[in-house]
This record gives sequence, C-alpha cells and structure tokens, in this order.
Amino acid sequence: MSTILELNSVVMDFEIGVFGRKKRVRAVDHVSLKILEGEIYGLVGESGSGKSTLGKVSLRLYKPVKGKVIYKGNDITKMPERTLRPLRSEMQLIPQDPYGAINPVQTIGEAVAEPLITHYRIDKSEAMERVYKSLEEVGLIPVEDFVKRRPRELSGGQLQRAVIARTMILRPKYVVADEPTSNLDASIRTSIIQLLLEFKRKHNQAILFITHDIVLLSLVANRIGVMYLAQLIEEGHVESIVKDPLHPYTKALLSAIPLVSEEMGLEKVYLRGEIGDPANPPRGCRLHPRCPFMLEKCSKEEPPLVEVEGSRFVKCWLYFK
Amino acid sequence: MKEVLEVSDLWIKYYTLSGVVHAVSGASFQLGKGEMVAVVGESGSGKSTLGYALLNMVPKPGKIVRGQVLLDGVDILKLGPEELRRIRGSKVSMIFQDPFTTLDPLRKLGTQFEEFLIEHGVERAKARAMVKEFLVAVGLPERAMHSYPHQLSGGQKQRVSIAMAVALNPVVMVADEPTTALDVIVQRQIMDLIDDIRKRVGTSVVLITHDLALALERADTIMVMYGGYVMERADKKRLLANMIHPYTKALFESLPRMSQKRMPKFLPGYPPDLRNPPSGCIFHPRCAFAQEKCRSVAPVLNEIARNHFVACHLAGGEQ
Amino acid sequence: MKLEIVKSPYFLAGLTIISIFILMALLADVISPYSPVEGVGPPLQPPSPRYLVGTDNLGRDMLSRIIHGSRIMLTIVMIAVCLSGMVGTIIGLISGYVGGVLDRILSFVMDSIYAFPPLILAIALSVALGPSPLNAAIAIAVVYIPTYFRMVRGQVLSIKNELFIEMARALGIPSTRIVLRHILPHLTQTLMVVFSMNSADAILTEAALSFMGLTVQPPTPDWGFDLYKGRGFILAGAWWMLVFPGIMITLLALGFALISEGVSKSASRG
Repeated sequence: MSTILELNSVVMDFEIGVFGRKKRVRAVDHVSLKILEGEIYGLVGESGSGKSTLGKVSLRLYKPVKGKVIYKGNDITKMPERTLRPLRSEMQLIPQDPYGAINPVQTIGEAVAEPLITHYRIDKSEAMERVYKSLEEVGLIPVEDFVKRRPRELSGGQLQRAVIARTMILRPKYVVADEPTSNLDASIRTSIIQLLLEFKRKHNQAILFITHDIVLLSLVANRIGVMYLAQLIEEGHVESIVKDPLHPYTKALLSAIPLVSEEMGLEKVYLRGEIGDPANPPRGCRLHPRCPFMLEKCSKEEPPLVEVEGSRFVKCWLYFK
Repeated sequence: MKEVLEVSDLWIKYYTLSGVVHAVSGASFQLGKGEMVAVVGESGSGKSTLGYALLNMVPKPGKIVRGQVLLDGVDILKLGPEELRRIRGSKVSMIFQDPFTTLDPLRKLGTQFEEFLIEHGVERAKARAMVKEFLVAVGLPERAMHSYPHQLSGGQKQRVSIAMAVALNPVVMVADEPTTALDVIVQRQIMDLIDDIRKRVGTSVVLITHDLALALERADTIMVMYGGYVMERADKKRLLANMIHPYTKALFESLPRMSQKRMPKFLPGYPPDLRNPPSGCIFHPRCAFAQEKCRSVAPVLNEIARNHFVACHLAGGEQ
Repeated sequence: MKLEIVKSPYFLAGLTIISIFILMALLADVISPYSPVEGVGPPLQPPSPRYLVGTDNLGRDMLSRIIHGSRIMLTIVMIAVCLSGMVGTIIGLISGYVGGVLDRILSFVMDSIYAFPPLILAIALSVALGPSPLNAAIAIAVVYIPTYFRMVRGQVLSIKNELFIEMARALGIPSTRIVLRHILPHLTQTLMVVFSMNSADAILTEAALSFMGLTVQPPTPDWGFDLYKGRGFILAGAWWMLVFPGIMITLLALGFALISEGVSKSASRG
C-alpha cells in the first residue's frame, strides 16, 4: 500500500499574547509520520500535546514553519492556495465541535451543496440530487425535512452527521477526524464512529483519527501515534502498542484509565505533576520531570526517535542501544 | 460500625413552570467511616440532585418532600439556616466538576482559603498556617497561595477545591463529577488524592459520576440510579461478580473495553421525562425484559443477597 | 430577528418620521403652497394663515422653502451615506480578511482620517472640491468611510476565526465566496445600525456645510443655509426663519437615530 500523506520533520509555531507580552509556542516539534492509503492512523495525546495542530498542518490549513507536507507524492507545503484548491476536495476535516462547523445562516441543504457547487461548477438543482443522496447516507431522514433546516434546529449528533455529509460529498481520500465524538453524548458516539467507518470502507479512505481516548483507538485504528508536548514519542501497530507499550508516557496513559491496566495485565506507571508549559518545555526529554524511570541523561539530552522491532518507534533513552 | 451518613427514603421534586419534576424517588443508602459510595447514572438520573440534598442545598424550585439525611446521627434536613451554614464546609463539603464554582476568579487563592477558614471560626494566624499546610498536602507548591485561579491548570484548581473541602475535617465529602473535565493522567492523580485522604483522615466520600468504570475501580459501594430511582445497590465486589438489574448490565455493556475488540453497545431510547414519568417501573420503556407487571407496578428495592439490593420484578422486587 | 425589529417602538417611530420626510421630498411640488424661490408676499411676515411658517427676508414662503429643502438634504445625505457605506464596507472586508501588510496600511490611512475632527475635515474637503451639492456629498462620504471600515473590519476579524470559516477553507471554497456568502451576511444587522447612525450624523454635517454656504447656491432652498440667513434676522424678531429649519434638521436626525436605536436594541435581544 502506498503512502497517501507524509509529514516530514514538521514544525509549527504560534505566537500568543498581546503587544509586549508575545510568546512563541511550538505546537508541533519536528514530527514525521506516514499515513498509508486506506489505513486508520490514531493520533492520541492529552490537551496541549499538539495533535489537533498536527492534523490541521497535514491538511495545509496551517503552513508549517519548517518541514514538508506531502500529499500523494506532491509537496504541498508551500503550494499557493489557488493550486491547492482542487486537491482540497480530496483532503477533508471533521471537526470536534459540530455546533460551529456550519454557518448559522445557511440551511443544511445549502451547506452540503456548497462544496459541490464550488468545486464542480454544477448548478444548484443538479447538486440537490446528490445532496439528498448524501443526507440519506448519513441517516438524516426524512431528507426533504432536513434540507430546509438550519444548524440550530439540529441536535449535536444530527449536526455532526450533516457535517460528515458535507465533507464526504466530495469523496475525499484522506480525512482528518479531530475528536469527532468528544463533544457528543456517549450514547451516540458509537453510531457516529460506525458512520465514519462505513465511509472509510466504501471509499477506501485514509483517516487520521485524533483523540485523547486511547481505548477508542484500540477498537478502530490500525496504527497509533502518541504525542506529548508537541512531539511524537511512540508509534506502532495498535495491538502491539496496547499489549506492550514501551514509552513511560504511553504506559502511564494506559495505567490511568479505570479497569484497563488490570484487564490487559499491564504494568502500572504513575507520573508526577502535570504536563509542562508548551511555551517553555523541559530540557532534554520533555517527560523527564515527571518520569519514574528518569536517567541522568534524560534531563540533558533529547532522545532520538528510534526503531525498535519492525515498525515500532520510541523516543526514549531507555530504548536507545 | 456506626454509619457516618444515613440517607433514608429521600424524595425530591422540582416545582417548575412546566410541571413537577420527580427528580429523586425514594433513595436510601448508608456510608461508613472512610468509605466511598459511588452514585452512578446518566444525566437526568437524579444523582446530582441527591448530592445537593446531602448538604441540604437543593436549589429552588426544588424541594425535599420526604426522607431523612442523618449526618453523624443528626438529621440535616431539620436544621435551621444558621446551623446549616455552620456545618457546610466543616462537617460536610462538596467539590464540583468545574472548580470555578467554588473559586472566586478575582481573588488570590490564599486569601480565599483563609477567609473560608476564618468564617468557620478559625483564628487568622492559624488559618494562614492551615492554608499553607493543606495546599502542600494536596500536592501544590506553597507559592500557589499567591496565585489567581486562572493561573492554575484544571488539575491544580481541583486540588485547591479538595484542600478547602477537607481542611475542616468533614465527615463526608460529596464529589460531583470531580474529574470529568480533566485529562486522563490528572484524573488518576485526583482520584488517588481523594483515596489518600480517605485512608489518612477517614473522610467518607460520596462520588457522583456517569462513569461506571471509575466507580468499579474506586468505590466500596455502588448505587446505580435511573430516572430518580435506585435500580441497584451493592458493594463493589459483589456487583462485579453479579450484576442483576438490566440497566446496570446495559451500563456495563456501554463501556468501551480494550479486551473485547468491539464497539460498545448503547441502550436505544431516551431517558424518561420526569414531569410525566412512565407508569410502573421507570425503566420499563427501555428494558429488553419488560413484562406486563413492569408496566403497571413499580418494583421496590429488595435485598436479594447480603448487601446487594435490586429494584426489579425479575429479581423478586415485589412488595 | 427581522420581524422583531418591526415590533420595536423606536424603529417604528423613526421609520414613520423618515417616511414622512421622504414623502415630503417626493411630493414637494404638489404640496407646497407656493414656489420656494420666488417672492410671493411681504418680507419677514410672522406665521399666519396665509403663510403658515411666515416669509423670509425676500418675501418667499418659508413653508414651501422648508418642504423643498428636504429634497436637497435627503439627496445629499443619501448619496453620502451610500457612498461611504459601500466603499467603507468593501475596503473593510478586504482589509480584515486578507490581513497582513495591506491591512496595516489601510488601517493606518483609515485611522488618520478618523482622527480628524469630522466637521473640520468635511469643511476642508468641501472647500477643496469646490462648493456644490455633489462635492458636499463626497466630502461627507469620505469623513464617514473609516466608521464603516472599522466596524466591518472588526467584525471580519472576529468571524474569520470561527470554525465554519475554517471549514469553508478546508472545503476549498474560494475566498471571495467566503467573504461574500459567509461573512457579509453576519454583518447586516450592525451595518443597519451604523447606516442609520451615520445618516443622523450626515444630516447634521450637511446642515453645517450648508450653514457655511458650501452646498447650495441661493436661491435653492436648504435648511442649513436658511438657518444661516435666519441668524441675521433674529434681532429683527424673525424667529420663524431660524426655528423651523432647525426643527426640521433635528427631527430628521432624530428619525434616523430612532431607527438606529430600534435596530441595535433588537440586535442585542435577538
């Protein structure tokens, strides 16, 4: 299977604050990864890890400060918006918050039709046929009714379905799902995830599934990448990560979820303190102030991302030989 | 062992413009020293309302219409406002999902904490010392007293809430979804802190949560609520070994489990409208095993094994 | 929301006043008892059944002058407001959305104009362009362009960061469409408020310019110019030459101010 999206040592900085007090925050620090056609790559991390930013960089919604974003072999890092626009129909985003994702002044029908109208220059009536089909696909029935409604008249779950309909109407090949169910009631999460999996299956889509919920990823992803404070610290196939996590942070993540570590018979690892300040991360290994296995080297030098057993990567001095 | 908290036959209703909401219907449980009971339910189950009742703080238009809440032998539902003010924070305290509810964003933490202690009769010098002592005890640096709430992370704010909630050594602390808004690793730290307090000081905890997994991991006793009624109540080990009520089982099935490679199954349907609840068993519209009797007669909580109570006709829950 | 505006008493009162004035302007020839530019009676007559608002120093009927005066006033103000509205909004949209150096330059220019005391700027521009109704309209327009610019730009900056705008970009929707279809519709309410407030201001500015003789030439009837004339005859006791043009200016400005109040009140509720 070929690579559909590649991130090559990508760096993304933001400036926050006002006037005299500006701070530069590095949200993504030299992250490289490859996503294969048709695979689900789960990106897990806590808030402040940079996972959402990474997702948006991969769609070129932000221009990275350093590094390359390569889509289907094309370097899109610095591509001008005009050239990029046709490619955008193949690379889409499903956001966390369905409530803000559709312009409140549009009807659902208008919103779902819009990508068709702008990309394929077809007129509204022709588009409407495809819009109807799309709404049916996501389960917003009766279609005639939903087409006329406005975002505020829909529930969270229904809105997310509408957003998915709008996104999928372009038949993208690469989808970034940024915490697509975190803002929804637990009871509807399953149906939304199943909807996404349906589309993925039917159209052989690659999905970058971003979430803080590693248990969810263990059920849907093929490979997992773990992020901590703007860096990718572990990567591997989902079964091996979940059965045998290597990085102390990954171990701590699994230890922290109720019932999981007992279930899986994993070693319990606890971290002190809290995630550091992204504007001023710790020297050396970013986890070192909290890590129970800290070595002296960890506070001085940043470990490289090394390959351990086929296709498993860890960024930790404990595994550097 | 003498129970520090005894709740008997508690009924709470909200008298709203659109009708009477039957928020809590006949809840009962006991809590011993240093124990934790988890009140588990979805939104609308009545668990939060129950939590407020433990401080006799049910917000208007709510009213406790029946029942007793014995805190160390004293029925707090019969106390006057001045007595209530004295015991809140000192004999029974509460922490919330959003620590902002307890913390004033415009004042330094140290100052707020001190004022809280002084209001409960601690003299200023001692209060200042206690503030330092408790902030450190919950894992914060001393200098946190000079910070404002917005300068702290979610986890740190919650630690401050906990410090204030246990500083006066209450017998019971009510924790309403204390970790829901926090990152996973910090959630564990906060729950560990609460466990630590239980062990060292003997504070009993009422944990209100929607997360059955969290309850199964931490609590001694688990009480599952639905639509204001108690469906099942048992000590943790017994419940893990043998879940009886269909709702408890459904709740358990809805937990995502790594060991079983499948998406969790959710109960179809919606929670009941508590202004117009269904007849008979409140759960019957969504119950896969509902029978004729379930639609007409409400089951009572029945002890089907030692320390295991179930309200279900199929488990012999008949009057 | 749109229906709520109509229910606001302020809005309705304002709309009524404006409508009366517009009707007055449109039907001026029909409802004026006399010609506004010819002397039809003895000069400086106080209000009487024959000359309801009296006559001016040249014996012209003040009522007819006042009725016709609405034409000039409304024309100049409408041109000015439409001009500044369109230009200000377009520049504001572009500057806010594109950002960067262009935004900084435009903001600087607009802030400079805005910093100028508006009346003095209007007078200066009017004089520079040469006194005429059209030039007065242009001068007034220029003075108010920054108001629209700032308001539009401010809103664009805040809407730009909304999720649905980011989604639109992600969907590959071209910038022009995003600005026109996704941002502009959210501005309509605020634009209505600024538009009406602006009109009220423009009326007072036009009156001032007319007062200084920078708009019309005599004998064209104009409230501001008649005010100027009226000053000279106050000592002669001809209060009607001053009071009635003044009332007209005030009422018309009030009408727009009421509309603005009505819209902004329902905006904050809705």
